[in-house]
Amino acid sequence: MKHKLHLDRNHLVNQLVQMLRIRRFEEKCAELYAQEKIRGFLHLYIGEEAIAVGVMAALNAEDNIVATYREHGHALARGLSMNSVLAEMYGRTNGCSRGRGGSMHLFDKQQHFYGGNAIVGGGLPLAAGLALANKQQQRNTVTVCFFGEGAVAEGEFHEAMNLAVLWHLPVLFICENNRYAMGTPLALSESETNIAKKANSYGMTSAQVDGMNVVDVEVAAQAAVTSIRDNGEPYFLECQTYRFRGHSSFDGQLYRDKAEVKQWEEKGPVKRLQQWLRQYNHFTDAELAAIESEIKLEIDVAIDFANKGAWEPIADLCKDVYSPKIMDAVPALQQAKEDQ
Amino acid sequence: MTTQKQSYREALRSGIEQALMEDERVFLMGEDVGRYGGCYAVSKGLIDSYGPERIIDTPLCESGFVGVGIGAALGGMRPIIEVMTVNFSLLAMDQIVNSAATLRHMSGGQFNVPLVIRMACGAGRQLAAQHSHSWENLYAHIPGLKVLSPATQTDARYMLGQALRDPDPVIIFEHVMLLNEAGNVLDKPEADMEQALVRREGTDVSLITYGGSLHKALSAAEQLAVLGISAEVLDLRCLRPLDIGTITASVAKTHRVIIIDEGWYTGSLAGEVSAVIMEQSFWSLDAPVQRICTAEVPIPYPSHLELAALPQVETIVTRAQALMAGHL
Repeated sequence: MKHKLHLDRNHLVNQLVQMLRIRRFEEKCAELYAQEKIRGFLHLYIGEEAIAVGVMAALNAEDNIVATYREHGHALARGLSMNSVLAEMYGRTNGCSRGRGGSMHLFDKQQHFYGGNAIVGGGLPLAAGLALANKQQQRNTVTVCFFGEGAVAEGEFHEAMNLAVLWHLPVLFICENNRYAMGTPLALSESETNIAKKANSYGMTSAQVDGMNVVDVEVAAQAAVTSIRDNGEPYFLECQTYRFRGHSSFDGQLYRDKAEVKQWEEKGPVKRLQQWLRQYNHFTDAELAAIESEIKLEIDVAIDFANKGAWEPIADLCKDVYSPKIMDAVPALQQAKEDQ
Repeated sequence: MTTQKQSYREALRSGIEQALMEDERVFLMGEDVGRYGGCYAVSKGLIDSYGPERIIDTPLCESGFVGVGIGAALGGMRPIIEVMTVNFSLLAMDQIVNSAATLRHMSGGQFNVPLVIRMACGAGRQLAAQHSHSWENLYAHIPGLKVLSPATQTDARYMLGQALRDPDPVIIFEHVMLLNEAGNVLDKPEADMEQALVRREGTDVSLITYGGSLHKALSAAEQLAVLGISAEVLDLRCLRPLDIGTITASVAKTHRVIIIDEGWYTGSLAGEVSAVIMEQSFWSLDAPVQRICTAEVPIPYPSHLELAALPQVETIVTRAQALMAGHL
């Protein structure tokens, strides 16, 4: 059955709530990083929230998600609890990956969330493989793969495009084109800067969408997912977006003008939807304040949850490198032993 | 126990065929594995019985199709991925090392990768420096992977099945010089895939080896027996994890060790085995541990140079004699 898009007031307010949850959560993460509560690399999604929120709204609970190292937004929008995401960034055992992955490696089996991958382009073939498994097992499941425009320069991007089309794999590629691969603008790294066109050159249906507009993203994602489920063919969606913060917490942003950032902030996805709601739906300041205070509470609870999380005992250091040994794994061998 | 004579190649094919028959989730994927029949003819004919959905020909994109294998394993399939030779596997090393080996740990045990990757390795066919190498050690270095090296027809026959039943990624190295060798195949596996086996009992010196060098060590042991030296030959079979108990038990018996490894001398697996013996069996030793490895050169094309670069039976015999005579 196809989804019908209900762009009513409630749905839009809910999309705003989802985007604000990501925005406020990450603003707090930046503070917590400065306080050294969160360590390692921290890649913020601020400015790109409309993509995760719009795309996730088009998916079923059974669909698979493959994300990148900038995946807090994908995780929260998919339904991972803020508690388990923050605890993961704190490195605690109550984190979604038992504290073994940190910010760049959020995983959740229940939510079919196949991680945060910190190798640029590395998730693309993996997503194609999940799609192959779904196809072979005749599940009506779509695999969604998020990646930045920097991944387009990697060989694995081209290998995955080719295989997905060649083998008719039900996978949705979402390119989050935020214009900079770390500090290198697209025009300095690509001979052809139209990314949708590249995907199209492999024979893949591809589209471009304003990634700062959550409604546009949801509509486009919905069309893509429906097309994949109906035809069993891959689909490529390029979302034009912008990251308001640096690549990571160590980025001095010497490669771009502050004016450019300001210009993009003006058309930011959260600001834009708020303005629109105010204009047409009598969305009041009081309502917004109530949403904000609920999110603040959710964040406070998450901080408390993360702070109280246990550290993995050092005795368990080498746990989960290999799966537990299954004693009856080799029936023929067991039989041989019994024969002796 | 009944036996059947098969070539190593036939044994590998029987193993693949049994896996395909037993479990619908199993499929074979790689370059030319289907219509061409496999570049070493291992999978010849399988596509006729199992069809192109289970014997999948891939384009030339090692990183891409190994990554697809990882994703398919995550999605509940049991892929056997064939990478033609170990040299080409370097193009897929990102997927093998950064994804297959790490996903279980990084996800806190939520996702395991039941994937098997097969590849040819080794020198001896005058294929020069881009088709002749032995980089088992690179993969044996990596936590999260298991690394197998079947040296006998029986291991060629059963190790794949054992690897497919393992919930974690397993890499199987098949030495090209073994493919045409015929031998007896038992009707059951001889041991768990992670266990080392004593292939010949001896009391004077342990020849520790694996894969393509096993038959050289066994030939050397026969020559040494004529010279009055009793050599024990230990086949490691699994390079990660190493079966340390079987290694130390052999050293405790013979007190002298020569490790034969087709990898380059510096940084070889032989170096690792030697270090294990130093740590755990030092007081059992009557002489320094010896290593016979490949010379520090990309494998040359001309036959005489290729042979000179590789460990050979004569080298093992001479080294063992010197060791016994107390000259080392």
